[in-house]
Formats: sequence, structure tokens, C-alpha cells
Amino acid sequence: MVALYPYITISWLVPAFPLLGFLVTGLAKNRLKNNQAGIIASAMVSISFLISVFVFFALRASGQELVTVTLFNWISAGSLKIPFAFLIDNLSVTMMLIVTGVGALIHIYSIGYMHGDERVNSFFAQMNLFTFSMLLLVMGANYLILFIGWEGVGFCSYLLIGFWFKNPVFNYAARKAFVMNRIGDLGFILGIILLFFTFKSVSFTEVFSQAVSLHSGAPMITLITLLLLVGAVGKSAQIPLYTWLPDAMAGPTPVSALIHAATMVTAGIYMIARSGILYNLAPLTMNIMVILGLATAILAAVIGLRQNDIKKVLAYSTVSQLGYMFLALGLGAYSTAVFHLTTHAFFKALLFLGAGSIIHAMGGEQDIRKMGGLRKKMPVTYLTFLAATLAISGIPPFSGFFSKDLILSKAFENNPLLFILALGGALITCFYMFRLLYLVFFGSQRLSTAHPHESPRVMTIPLIILSILSVFGGFLNIPSLFGGKSGFSEFLSSTVRSKVTTELSFSTESGLITGSLILLIVVILLAYRTYVKKAAVPVADGVPTSFLSKTITNKFYIDEFYHAVIEKPFGFLSDFFFNKVENKILDPIVDEVGILTSKLGNLARKLQQGNMSFYFFAMVAGILLFIIFILIV
Amino acid sequence: MQEISSAIQLIPLENYVFLSVALFSIGMMGVLFRRNTIAILMCLELMFNSVNLLLTAFSAYHSDPAGQVFVFFIMIVAAAEVAVGLSIVVMMKRNVDSVDINLLNRLKW
Repeated sequence: MVALYPYITISWLVPAFPLLGFLVTGLAKNRLKNNQAGIIASAMVSISFLISVFVFFALRASGQELVTVTLFNWISAGSLKIPFAFLIDNLSVTMMLIVTGVGALIHIYSIGYMHGDERVNSFFAQMNLFTFSMLLLVMGANYLILFIGWEGVGFCSYLLIGFWFKNPVFNYAARKAFVMNRIGDLGFILGIILLFFTFKSVSFTEVFSQAVSLHSGAPMITLITLLLLVGAVGKSAQIPLYTWLPDAMAGPTPVSALIHAATMVTAGIYMIARSGILYNLAPLTMNIMVILGLATAILAAVIGLRQNDIKKVLAYSTVSQLGYMFLALGLGAYSTAVFHLTTHAFFKALLFLGAGSIIHAMGGEQDIRKMGGLRKKMPVTYLTFLAATLAISGIPPFSGFFSKDLILSKAFENNPLLFILALGGALITCFYMFRLLYLVFFGSQRLSTAHPHESPRVMTIPLIILSILSVFGGFLNIPSLFGGKSGFSEFLSSTVRSKVTTELSFSTESGLITGSLILLIVVILLAYRTYVKKAAVPVADGVPTSFLSKTITNKFYIDEFYHAVIEKPFGFLSDFFFNKVENKILDPIVDEVGILTSKLGNLARKLQQGNMSFYFFAMVAGILLFIIFILIV
Repeated sequence: MQEISSAIQLIPLENYVFLSVALFSIGMMGVLFRRNTIAILMCLELMFNSVNLLLTAFSAYHSDPAGQVFVFFIMIVAAAEVAVGLSIVVMMKRNVDSVDINLLNRLKW
């Protein structure tokens, strides 16, 4: 076999190609016709994917745990030395494969979905920039490069969520996402500064090698991990900063797929998994993560029960699934979290692209109450959507089963109560996903004006590929119970230091799985009975319902709460400062300075009469005065 | 060269200083109070030459030729200045038919 190892340095090409695509499609956006931008952008990300695959094999062949590819010296000031370097190890290679692989499929899909949009070229430029930022994020060898990517995805998400900026609601959603991310970013940058303050370095390898010598629960490390957690909470949409993600579906559907599946929200999970060594030293932060994750998982799932917008349901399910990942992270099962991230990337991208296909077919309609009976009209979309639904619900042998079951069993190892709560969330997930499936695809068509049709092949082929991944993705990590070797966890174990816990006995584990399976099937049957047998359709807006269901439909009034408690007072304060302080105090003072200067100038102007003799006289008088001054003093 | 130096040194240094101060003051007064541009230029020359005289005298008394080299420089600058100055005067005469310095105040912004 040819020695692949020396060629691993070409990994810098992985982010370079999307950047190139961004430059080409962005600069030539007025010249590219029809699908050219889409084809260029998709090709760039696909090439990145191929290089990622190559890097994956090169890394395996090298037999090394990690390879650092240094491009150039970026910052060098005193003791602060930060090279612009990429860290290639099993974790970053996994993330690279997910980002470029799923990203490429979404790009290809977008060619069909965005066909005919007037700003399609800008769209692909922004998508490529988004992918580039995410790649920078997962490949950076230190926290600062990670932070560049971190800010990059935040900015690109703002652009893409507000892509149809003529609609003020969408614009508001984009700003909301940006501001909420900013809150998290503040915590994150403070965390990085503290890291540098403590370890005198921001490079992963140096920080982690020094951190090992610290004792568990040191206040500094707890503070650092908490601040980093604030960043992750903002980016990965956990309580209390989750409300931006459901609104983020204002953007075109492929953008939602990219944000929810491959990029952006996975950044927080990746960052914490990467910093696992630090988190292992901070039990307090871990406990907070467990509580946050579980609360988010259940709250979002409950809200998802009553949403009628197809993308909103999926958005809340993302928040909920991210909660599970946080739960796994909090339990110290980092590789499990990354595994769930991987399978989730497959099936959530599939769900969103499927939803896009449905919306496309329904002529822009997103309300599931108006759909129905699409099974016959859109067989490919139906089958792929079904695969994704089964996967997210955790039905064996679909991919979601393996990852979610692993999280549940980790929860059981720690505390049976956690297991029960997490299982409850999973059952709710299963219910609302099947509610969605039945309402959209079964029964009769409720909107007579629409003429649903199957989407073009450029859209269905990515769906089919993703559905294959969703179905079989779980086999990457077959637990020992089913005679597997947990290959994925083993693969990551060299990079991600998961906490070692006592494994459950096979009998307990199989008992848990059987129990949860029975419950899942009961829930599916319940959903079937309600939405197919009785053909119940969720009530229209404005119809009075019970207090509880109204509260859930309105998302527990969290948005209203934030609006009243944070936005309103803040706006009031801004108004006060603008109208009273700025206009009444600061502006007049500044004006006064200007007026004084011009008055003095008017005075001095009188000297400049243009009278030559006077100038001479002034000059001589000045010189004389000067001489006299020197002689006297 | 030696004879010129000794010839200069026949007169006490103070007298040179007094003479050049007197010349300089006359020149300055002329520049300040005359209105005829040509007269002002002539007064300027007078100031130049008073300084030249002083330089030469000091140079001779100190046996340092550098002072005399300076005089040559000043002469060249003065020649150039006169060339420019007189051409300005010619243009003034042509344009406003006068050489009164106060007419130049129209050039102000």
C-alpha cells in the first residue's frame, strides 16, 4: 500500500475549497446563470468531502493519534504564540466527514429547491461560507481558530436565516438568532481568555496536557467550563437560549437542514466533547449540563406536540435531540454524544430536506393541518421521511435506536430517575413525529388548491442517500449486547476521554430495551388511532382550548416572557438613553465644542487681511519680541 | 587672499557690526514702510548684503573661510530671488498698471 501519511497535510484543502467556492460564486454572482452557482458550490463541498475521506484513511494508515498541520504563524506577541494550525484526529475527521458529507448532499438538494430564486447565487455563496466556517471550527488546533469558525457560523446563519429579508418577520428571526448567539459567544470568549490566563496557551494539546495535573473541582476549571458551557448553550440551543432555533426556520429549508443537522448547532456539542478533559475535572458543570440537557429535551418535546408548522415541529425536535446530546455530555459519555450527533445529522437532514420537498410540492404551504394524503403522490419522499421518523423515534434497527439507546443506558447507569425522564422525552418525540407523519402522508388531502407532485431527481437522490445513512448509520456502533464492538466509540476513544462507568449487565440492558420498545409501539399505535383511525386534525388557530394545551401551543409563553422581561426593559432603556441622554446632554455638548471653534476661527480670520506690510510688521515684531524675551530671561 | 584678510582687519570688528546693523535696520524699515514693490525688493537686497558684510568680517577675523562660502550661497539665492521678484513686479505692472504692494491684498482667499 502506498504510504498515505505524508499527504495528510493536504487537509488544509478541505476548508479551502468551500472558501474558493464562496469567492467564486460570491464575486461572480451577477454573471452566473441558472444553476451554475449551485453546481460550483456543490462541487466544491463534494471535493472537500472526498479529501476528508482521503484524510480519514491517511490518518488511519499513519497509526498516529493526532496530526497537527500548521499553515503559518498567526499571532506572535510576547508569550502569546498562536499558529494557524489544524488538528487532525479521529474526532475532527468524524466531524469533517459529517459536515462535508451531509453538507454536500444539502448543497445538491438546494440546486433543485432554490431553482428560480432571484438571489440564488448569493444563496450558494453564503452556504459555502457557512460550510467553510464550520470546517474551520471543527479543524482548528486551538480555541482561537475554533472561535473564528464559531463566529463565522453565527454570522452566516444570520445571513441565511434572513435570506428572504423582505419579510420583516424573517428579518426579526435572523436578528434574534444573531443576538442570542452573541450572548453565548460572550461567555465563550471569556472562557477562552480565562483558559489563556490559566494555562498560558489556547492550543488544545497544550491545555489538555497541563489540565491533567489539576485536581478535580478546582474553582478555576469550574469557572472556565461554565463559561465555555454558556457558549455551547447559545450555539446548541439549550435552555435558556434555545428560542432562536425554532425561529431560525424562517430561512430556506435547506438552510434549516444545514443549521440543524450538519453545522451550527453541533458546534457546541463538538466543543464540549473536544474539551472533555476539562469537563471531567468539573463535576459541578457536568451536573448542570445533565439538568439543562434533560430539561431542554423534555420541554422542547412537549412544545413539539402542539406545533402545526411542519418545520416548527422539526425545529423543536432538534432542540430536544440536542438536549439528549447534552445529557450524554453531562454524563461524561462524550463519544455517545458525538455518535448521536452523527446519526442525528443523518436523519435530521433527511427530515428537513423531506419537509422541504413537501413544502415545495404543496406550493409553499407549511401547515400540516392543510396537508394529508401525500403518501401516494410523493412515494419517494414518503418512504425516506418514514425512515427518518423511525430513526428519530428510536425503532431498531434504525440509526436513532442505537444512539438514543446508548444515551438512555448511560442515564440508567447513573440514575434510574434520569432514565425514566429521558425515556419519557423519547416517547413524546415518538408521538409527535408520528403525528406529523400521519397528518402529512395519511388520510385525505385537505387543501384542495394544491397539486402535490414528486420533487425532481436532484432533490430526491440526496433524500435517498440520506435515508440509507439514517437506516444503516447505527451499525457504526453496535453495542456488545448485539455482538458488536462499539466501533464508533472505540474509534473516538483515543481522542475523547469519556468517563468510564460500570457497564450494565446484558439482562438489565435487554430488559430496558424491550420495555422502551413496547412503550414506543404503544405510543405509535396511539398516534395511529388518533390521527389515522379517527382522522383527528389539530384545531385551527383561535379556537378556544383548555388552558394546558393553549400554554403548550404558545410554547409556554417563553418568547413572550423574554419579550416582557428582557426586550421591553432594554428597549425602554435604549429609548431613555437616546432621547434624554444622547439628544439632551451629549449632543449639545459636542455641538458647543464645534460652535466655539468656529467662533475662534472667525476671530482669527480678521488677521488675514492680505495686507503685505502688516504681515511683515507682525513678523518683525514677533522676532523682536522673541529676542527681547531671550535677552531678559 | 592673505592681504585682503589683513586689509579687512585694519578696521575694528565693532565698526563692521555697527554698519551692518545700520544697513539691516534701514532695509527692514524700507520693507515695512515703503509701498513701491521695487523699493521693497531693493531694501531686501540691502538686508541680504548687510548680513553678507557681517559674515565676511567675522570670517576674516576668525581666519575661517566657511563664512565666505556662505556669502556666495546667499548671493546665488539673492540673484534667484531677484529674478522671481522682478518678474512678479513686471506681471503686476502689466495686470494692474501699478507696483503698489497693497494691491496684492486682492490675492487673498
